[in-house]
Amino acid sequence: MAKFNLQINGSTHIVDVDPDTPILWVLRDHLQLVGTKYGCGIAQCGSCTILLNGIATRACQLQVSMVGNNEIVTIEGLSKNGDHPVQKAWEEEDVPQCGYCQAGQIMSAVSLLKSNPNPSDEEIEMGMSGNICRCGTYIRIKKAIKRVSNS
Amino acid sequence: MVIGFSWLASCNMTSKDLKVLPKEWFEFNAYLKIGDNGMITIQSPNPEIGQNVKTSMPMIVAEELDADWNHVIVEQAPLNTSFYKWQVAGGSRSISSGWEPLRMAGATARKMLITAAASQWNVLPEEIQTNAGIVSHKASGNSAHYGEMAAVAAKLEVPEEVTLKNAADYKIIGHSKKNVDAKDIVTGKPLFGLDVYKEGMLTAMIVHPPAFGKKLKSFNPDSVKNMPGIKDVFEISVYSGDKQQSAFDITAFNELVVIVGNSTWQVMKAKKAIQVEWELAPSKELAMEMFGNVSNKHFPAGLENTSEHKALMKDIDFGDKRLKLVRKDGDPEKAFKNAAKIIERTYTAPFRAHNTMEPMNFFADVTAEKVFVLGPVQTPEWTESSLSRRLGIPKEKIDVHLTRMGGGFGRRLYGHFVTEAALISQKMKAPVKLVYTREDDMTFGTYRPSYVVKYKAALDKNNNLVAVHVIGGGIPERALYANRFPAGAVDNFIAEEWEEDSNITTGAYRAPRSNFAASAEQSFLDEVAELAGKDPIDFRLDLFKKAIDNPVGERNDYDAKRYAGVLELVKEKSNWGKANTSNLKRGVAAYFCHNSYVANVIDLVMDGNVPKVQNVYCAVDCGIVINPDAATNLAEGGAVDAIGTALFGEMTFEDGVPQQSNFDKYRLIKHHEAPKNIQVDFVKNEIAPTGMGEPPFPPVMGALSNAIYSATGKRVYHQPFINELNA
Repeated sequence: MAKFNLQINGSTHIVDVDPDTPILWVLRDHLQLVGTKYGCGIAQCGSCTILLNGIATRACQLQVSMVGNNEIVTIEGLSKNGDHPVQKAWEEEDVPQCGYCQAGQIMSAVSLLKSNPNPSDEEIEMGMSGNICRCGTYIRIKKAIKRVSNS
Repeated sequence: MVIGFSWLASCNMTSKDLKVLPKEWFEFNAYLKIGDNGMITIQSPNPEIGQNVKTSMPMIVAEELDADWNHVIVEQAPLNTSFYKWQVAGGSRSISSGWEPLRMAGATARKMLITAAASQWNVLPEEIQTNAGIVSHKASGNSAHYGEMAAVAAKLEVPEEVTLKNAADYKIIGHSKKNVDAKDIVTGKPLFGLDVYKEGMLTAMIVHPPAFGKKLKSFNPDSVKNMPGIKDVFEISVYSGDKQQSAFDITAFNELVVIVGNSTWQVMKAKKAIQVEWELAPSKELAMEMFGNVSNKHFPAGLENTSEHKALMKDIDFGDKRLKLVRKDGDPEKAFKNAAKIIERTYTAPFRAHNTMEPMNFFADVTAEKVFVLGPVQTPEWTESSLSRRLGIPKEKIDVHLTRMGGGFGRRLYGHFVTEAALISQKMKAPVKLVYTREDDMTFGTYRPSYVVKYKAALDKNNNLVAVHVIGGGIPERALYANRFPAGAVDNFIAEEWEEDSNITTGAYRAPRSNFAASAEQSFLDEVAELAGKDPIDFRLDLFKKAIDNPVGERNDYDAKRYAGVLELVKEKSNWGKANTSNLKRGVAAYFCHNSYVANVIDLVMDGNVPKVQNVYCAVDCGIVINPDAATNLAEGGAVDAIGTALFGEMTFEDGVPQQSNFDKYRLIKHHEAPKNIQVDFVKNEIAPTGMGEPPFPPVMGALSNAIYSATGKRVYHQPFINELNA
């Protein structure tokens, strides 16, 4: 076990965990930030996507000891009142079915839109291809992203 | 404490005056209570797996109550068999079985509110009107919101008879409402089973045999007991030695090694490090009960291989002595003998894992006094019975609570993991959350069976379809619905089935059996239409005409008029038969299951060997549509799921070992592989609502294979199609 100071959602959190613990489980088990989901544990599904210095990152592959002072933003920290434009667009398009993958989808979409505010359909598809939705809400996810980029 | 399972979180209030909680709630029935300020809480009885019943079921109550939807809060009801019937997410039956009680719950409460108002205002109840949570009496000018009448109304006797609304008067049903959990989903609130964290809770994981046909021999607890955070390592027998169990208790692996610890990662590390020895398992006989019927199941010994399964399925042929006759109309033998043309085809599909995005898990807190379980399961009632049987604790002492589920698709009908969690909690004398890793989830069984369907058809010299012979086979369960189309539309018809036992466990998978029966049937009919020189839609419509005018046989499980209706609708919406100037190639299919009718047209273009689906047209007849946008979402998802399933998904086995254990090997459809457009149209009628979770899934696979043929000139017969296209 070792102590780590983590910058998460704009505040500092101190955790005492095994250094090889993926940040996914630090968030979920130790900080009760459970919006970041476990889906596969091998960076194949995108359910655990967080922002690391603004860039979409798979939390299941990021060991806590590697985080340092880098800024982490989770779905809980995306906005205070759940009114980030991407969150709002998700509600407007009524995207979710089961909803389990959607936090990861939203974090990937935020990252995509930050680097490319007006993505083409193809750029959306490729930018989001690391996030699996088992319910098949891809069309609505695309619509929601376009709703943000058009506004 | 359970973090954040706040019932206010599901509130969709927008009115300013209702942002505070009422001082007092008045309960009208098991479904609803009204607060003194007009706020209404509606219980959603059925498990929510993404089919959106948590929104659509309360909409039905709110409609008959004449409530203002903006004042409605929805809560997930716990299991309560004395109040609710069919608290199951299965068979696409939530809405159809809830249709009567949900409307009655709203309508009786509305009548009680009217009665209360009539007596208070001293006017006739017939003169009182309701609208959006307000009772009013025009002549006297009296008006009050429901909350003002609730205290008196809730004490009145529940009326035995009420008048239900006419569909034409619906203000909520048929008008799209947003998912009541949407805000919580997009803000990452704890909604799912894996999100349950309680004071003093331990995390448990299981270690199960690496192969079907193997069982636990021994394990060395000392190999991990001293690892950081590990509390205990032990063995459990999930079900006792009884010969009979519920069919929903099915598990391939009854003896499991359990590791319990403080945190998920610590237990995961111990799980990797533990030394376990396995041995060959003997064969097993179980009497399995489902809906009161007991059937004997044989699970053979041995380590099975996909290559052997394929050989077995290849071996099945017309005239085989192992086939069991299910239906026969006319004289098929004679018809085939006199046929002008005969066509014969074989279709197969592999085992498939459900792969819900949220792996299996459950929370349990078992004490001497009480069993409390909380988590994602599609069958809370049968789970409670199983727990009672296994733990020897009466049902009265068992509380089953539901979380939202990260997908179901049938996998969570089989609640062995709830019993596992309860046994672990009982042993540890502590609250425990059992967590399956993705690998556990994918290699544990309860798969969609592997199927083979063979078809043979005869045309006369005028290219009329005069005979059909179908064999529905599978390992270990067949894909056949003998009384569905084209039965009833063909003078000479014969259906037979074949099943081969396996120790690879299987279960219902979104539209069980239909999901492959449709693909095979609709691919075959496309080929028969071509052989007959007819347009594939006209060919099917002619058959439906025959089934309407002059049906064959005693029992046909479909309404040919509604079947034809969705085909006509998809024909119109897709501009079928109009000049095609694009490079897109199309295919059509239609299917009936779970009492709903769906027809699809798919447009695609090939990108090398990979089909790129441009458009999916989807015509649906599910009777009254409760929540149109959500139903559209389900049809869209069904299409995406079906395309991914037919093209990519498979579980294969070598010496009993699953060859896919995570998403690096098991290919699920991704964003760039999904259709570009999906158009969903509903047949408008006032028939009582039927299934929407499953029906949009099966026919898409048939339409896909037919479109692939249009594009490539090559028919695909064996799922996943990508293997055949690459071959």
